[in-house]
Amino acid sequence: MTVLTPEGTTPPNSSAASRRALVLIELDGSSGEPIDASLRAAGLARSLGPVSAVVFGDGAVFEGGAVLEGGAVLEGGPVFESGAPSGLGATDVYLVEPSSVEGYAPVAWARVLVGLMAETGASAVLAAGTDRGNEVMAHLGAITGLPMAANCVTVSQEGPAHRLVRQRWAGLLLEDAVLEAPVALLTVASDAIAESVPAGTLSATADTSSAGPTVHVHKPDLAEADLAVRAAESAAGAGGVSLASARVVVGGGRGVGGPDGFAPLEELASLLGGVVGVSRVVTSEGWRPHRQQVGQTGTKITPELYLACGISGAIQHIAGCAGAKHIIAINTDPGAPILAHADYAVIGDLHQVVPALVAALRDRS
Amino acid sequence: MSDTPSRASAVIIGAGIVGNSLVHHLALLGWRDLVLVDKGPMPNPGGSTGHASNFIFPIEYSKMMFELTRDSTEQYQELGVFTQSGGIEVARTPERMIELRRRCTMAKAWGIPASVITPAEVRKLVPYLDDSVIIGGGYFPTVGVVDSLRAGTLMRERAVSSGALTVLASTEVFDIDVADGQITGVVTSAGRIETDNVVICCGVWSPRIARMAGARMALTPCVHQMISVGPIALFADTPGEISYPIVRDVDTNMYERQHGGDMEVGSYAHRPIIVPPDDIPSIEESALSPTELPFTQDDFDPQLAEALELMPELLGDEKAGIRYAINGLISMTPDGHPILGEMPEARGLWSAAASWIKEGPGCGRAVAELMSGKVPAVDVFEANAARFWSHQTTVQHVEARADEAFNKMYGIVHPAEQWESVRPQRVSPMYARERDLGAVFYETAGWERPFWYESNSGLLEKYAGQLMERPAEWESRWWSPIINAEHLAMRETCALVDLSAFTVLDVTGPGALATMANLAVAQLDVPAGRVVYTSFLDENGGFVADLTVMRLAHDRFRVVTGGATGRSDFKWISDHLVGETAVADVTGAWTTIGLWGPNARAVLSALTSADVSHEGFTFGTCREIEVGSTVVLASRISYVGELGWELYVPIEQGGKVWDALWEAGQAHGLIPAGIGVYGTTGRLEKGYRAFGAELTQEYTLVEAGLTRPKVKSQDFIGKQAYLRQRDEQPCAVLCTLTVDSCESADGTLRYMLGKEPILSLAGERLVDAKGRPSYVTSAGSGPSVGKHLLMAYLPADVAVEGTPLLVEYMAEQFPVTVARASSAPLFDQDNSRIRS
Amino acid sequence: MDILVCVKRVPTVGGKITLTEDGQDVDTRMSGFTVSPHEECAVEEAVQITERLGGTVSVLTLGAEVAIEQLRDALALGAGRAVLLETDGREYGPIATAEAIAAEVRSGGYGLVLLGNEASDTGDYQVGIRVAHLLGWPVATGIKKLGITPTSLAASREYRGVEETFTLPLPAVVTVKEGINLPRYPSLPGRLRAKRAAVERTEVEWQAEGLRKERLRVPETIKHQAEVLGNGVDAVPDLVRVLDELGIA
Repeated sequence: MTVLTPEGTTPPNSSAASRRALVLIELDGSSGEPIDASLRAAGLARSLGPVSAVVFGDGAVFEGGAVLEGGAVLEGGPVFESGAPSGLGATDVYLVEPSSVEGYAPVAWARVLVGLMAETGASAVLAAGTDRGNEVMAHLGAITGLPMAANCVTVSQEGPAHRLVRQRWAGLLLEDAVLEAPVALLTVASDAIAESVPAGTLSATADTSSAGPTVHVHKPDLAEADLAVRAAESAAGAGGVSLASARVVVGGGRGVGGPDGFAPLEELASLLGGVVGVSRVVTSEGWRPHRQQVGQTGTKITPELYLACGISGAIQHIAGCAGAKHIIAINTDPGAPILAHADYAVIGDLHQVVPALVAALRDRS
Repeated sequence: MSDTPSRASAVIIGAGIVGNSLVHHLALLGWRDLVLVDKGPMPNPGGSTGHASNFIFPIEYSKMMFELTRDSTEQYQELGVFTQSGGIEVARTPERMIELRRRCTMAKAWGIPASVITPAEVRKLVPYLDDSVIIGGGYFPTVGVVDSLRAGTLMRERAVSSGALTVLASTEVFDIDVADGQITGVVTSAGRIETDNVVICCGVWSPRIARMAGARMALTPCVHQMISVGPIALFADTPGEISYPIVRDVDTNMYERQHGGDMEVGSYAHRPIIVPPDDIPSIEESALSPTELPFTQDDFDPQLAEALELMPELLGDEKAGIRYAINGLISMTPDGHPILGEMPEARGLWSAAASWIKEGPGCGRAVAELMSGKVPAVDVFEANAARFWSHQTTVQHVEARADEAFNKMYGIVHPAEQWESVRPQRVSPMYARERDLGAVFYETAGWERPFWYESNSGLLEKYAGQLMERPAEWESRWWSPIINAEHLAMRETCALVDLSAFTVLDVTGPGALATMANLAVAQLDVPAGRVVYTSFLDENGGFVADLTVMRLAHDRFRVVTGGATGRSDFKWISDHLVGETAVADVTGAWTTIGLWGPNARAVLSALTSADVSHEGFTFGTCREIEVGSTVVLASRISYVGELGWELYVPIEQGGKVWDALWEAGQAHGLIPAGIGVYGTTGRLEKGYRAFGAELTQEYTLVEAGLTRPKVKSQDFIGKQAYLRQRDEQPCAVLCTLTVDSCESADGTLRYMLGKEPILSLAGERLVDAKGRPSYVTSAGSGPSVGKHLLMAYLPADVAVEGTPLLVEYMAEQFPVTVARASSAPLFDQDNSRIRS
Repeated sequence: MDILVCVKRVPTVGGKITLTEDGQDVDTRMSGFTVSPHEECAVEEAVQITERLGGTVSVLTLGAEVAIEQLRDALALGAGRAVLLETDGREYGPIATAEAIAAEVRSGGYGLVLLGNEASDTGDYQVGIRVAHLLGWPVATGIKKLGITPTSLAASREYRGVEETFTLPLPAVVTVKEGINLPRYPSLPGRLRAKRAAVERTEVEWQAEGLRKERLRVPETIKHQAEVLGNGVDAVPDLVRVLDELGIA
């Protein structure tokens, strides 16, 4: 097969000087901040060369379109209130004018990246290994004919090739792989449970943040067809804290016993400012909707605390919750596999322990 | 989590149905400081118990298996986890209908309710079954299902609450320590536990655990496929787990069993899938559990059509899906029996393995009793963990026999059916000669034994009219009229019998006499050169062994016993050595050739200068003689009722002696005779009892008619019980019965093969005062008395010579008469032939 | 509507994954094989659509001959036709896979191609999109709700707690995720039909791709055992203390 080289794409880089990584930054819809997964992607991107970040003017950031008019925007300040641009470590930020791409349109986003790939002479394009990141990068791969490596954990350049470690089986396995391509298309594992970026790689590239990135307002040239498929958000589905970004997740498994057993878990979750997540058996039994599933075939979570109640810890579930910073298990079986992943455990019946915990927390407040 | 005790009276490994039952019974028997270890979590650690289909059919051809199942069912009932559902074995073929009649007859012997029913009657019980597919059924109303996990939990908890037991769940066993042949401890992931007793109740993992103690467990995991189909609309409103009888579609090797809203369909029809124990995945690696392996669809596919054919509407419902499908692991052994008791490799190493749900609690109880030094309530001799010859414990043997047995699980298996795999294993030095003579070989303990010789077919004409030929196919299977011709020829001239399968044990040393005297009922403080027929008893006076003992010297005894029981007998003697005594298994060093018949003396004297006259070599004596250039230990005894000798020949010279006898015999009408004569026809005419058939743990010397006028003054095991029994009136007496007419309703002559119920003339089961049913313990032709002969224990009141009774065979009743109510022979009543 | 569902044979992984000694593959000696979970849902979705709107369901897999087992699994659930794009047993990359699938789609007259969002083994996240581009069809991915008319479809998914919907004209490619439906179990008659059904076979050449697997590894996880705070409700005070320490409560 032939690899389509997009017009203007720089040929494979042979020197560090010509390396540049283009990274797609996703913003949180409500805060307007870059999502954690994108920060991880940016971090990995920095190990590959100077970083150009691409931000779509979607959602809160460009509310009213006003932000584009003030000079402050070009300084970078108001766009990322918490100073995220320097956190990205990018030398350049490309703000894609919202009027050109209204809402999320995966093909259009990919087209933008095709253009910026050429404009920046990027040797690698990265995105978070989220639904959107993977989707846009796959489109980019399809448009350019380039291979795409999903859910990378580490990447390093080795001559014209990239040597990488990526997740398979939702992170239960790692693959050592080599990517040989004019431009490396990579997504970065959103939980990166397995290996951290080797020490030093993050600082390998001089941090240009002191000066702040150069912000470019990008007006892509898009065909109508590129915008044909576009997300329409429905308010009905919105609301509440999302499982993927929740700070606390209270998990319920087979041990809950049935659809009626979740009330105490919901109560506990709300007391702790979190949400309820469930194991696969719970959704396949129809006790709870699938969107609450934590696991390989559900959502991968990265909370501060995962409180697993009556969950044995099947591997498919561990794949979804291993990104939690702390795990506490409540289980009747001291031999349950979840205990090998938990920091703390209470051996007992969740039907007694959870109400007692709720009561104890209530008493204090 | 429990703390690991540093010391235990016994460490029980495996918390399946057997391990849980075992700890319960040990606790009841007074054991304390028990530890139950399992590498899986409670209450379902992931073994075969966890995925069992949990139904119990009471019917078994093996008395032991029947009794274990009965005991287990009673235990389940006591625990409140038994639900009676009834069960039906359906027949699709005429052969199966005959088999069902045989099974119902067997059921009658054991006292199990059973009846042969019509397709319409089957349909009435199982409305979703298409009765046009079947031609009848066998209905067993006492079939039921159990909750084996709950049963295990209850029993374990009882042991815990009695303070006798510590449970270590999720604890792996790493090693078993043995020092000087004695168990000393178990190394677990939770620490080392010092103990004198380890019990392996690990089901499919047992060989792996046994290996840690240097032992070989003759068990292999094997796949049994099962699917669960649901939801079944018909079952939606039925209460509880089961509301319809379990159907065994035996001709397709399948079963269908309601389980709540689902129908479980299990199969023994697929290719045998042996899984080496080392290949069983760990708990972490398992998708479901280590014993629920991924379903291999191709193996099950052919069964779907059969199941659908039988239950077209119920299983053909497009809305009912296959919700669960596994290749479940089950344990199989070379002979299909569990492995119970102390293993021969180390003292304190016990096995309670290869038990299925239906016999689990019974096996647990039996091993607990054995560990406590008690005689188990159920006779588990046939499950003795020490019963295997070394070749029978090899992976190849175990796997080959499991492979062969798997598809016979629901098969129509003839009682004399022979194994085909891993043969020949043990052959006598005469094997090639016998093969050339057209020997038809049967296997015992791995030995190839001629059952009859095709070269004797010429005798058929000679004895025509006396051969009791068997017109019915079933009885003619694994049988030949040549056996009866050989019998008649032996009684007329003489016969050579290859008895190499005998187990030969030498007990030697200064304590040899004390050892043997303690074991044997008969007086063994006899002059060297005497041969003594004796029994070994257990403490209750039940039979442990039945054998002959030659006193070779003041400090040397030679024990000769059967091939099948040799290893168990060896262990019994080893366990009871007194003083400085050794027991050696010298089976492989000696071949035994039997020479019997009126002309036996003429043949032998042609080859030896030794005095073999009646006076010069009296009955019941043995001594070395020269047979040609070979020194042979000759022993003048007989199990066939004829003059003659057992000749013990160094095995490498067996061929030479055989040839010499053969040649010398030509002038005297010598024929080769098979075990058909030696093991059945000859002995039945003489009223000789066989261990395992007549002589079992359940009966006494008195009942078996083997009392002698005096009881020796020395102590021996079982003596107190024996003395007691002698003072009591026996409630059963072993009798020899003659079948008065073998003619069946359709005019065919039928010949019972054994285990048939003996009935009163009114057709009622005969049960003695101890509840023991009367059934045929041995059956066979008596060519010299012209009758088909049966042995059976009868209640004392009917054990009267001349009493007419009935025997039921294939659901038909035949008239019989009590011919002997003692051990007196039917043939040659004064034993003049032996003593001639 | 004529629908093509693409499925993949993957090892059934329920517990710890072990690898072959050379690190090239998952050790499947003791594991079975299945269809990737998302694809099971794709099959179910296709069957439900045709039950509602009529049409046919064809199932396709790219794999070695043994993958026919997974085709039969799908046939048992209601697919009517099976296509094996037969490989030489090697792992084919997403580009080769997409090209082979696109070729089949071009010859098949399908109105809808359904795939799983990602295969559970390789997790490449791209085959469906590449197929769409090769066909020039619109595509939606990660779909957990699908409304369909004879000419268009509305495909929804969750994105960070918000439901987003894509409206696509047909023909189209949709990749779905578990949760879109509850796949049915195969019925006995379904199984028997599947067993008898013919499987069309086309050989597909392996081709080198830019992403090259060197080996697989099991990530090193720190084996630890949880600190047991206690048993039952007695442990609640300690549990509250730990929550405090973690800054949660």
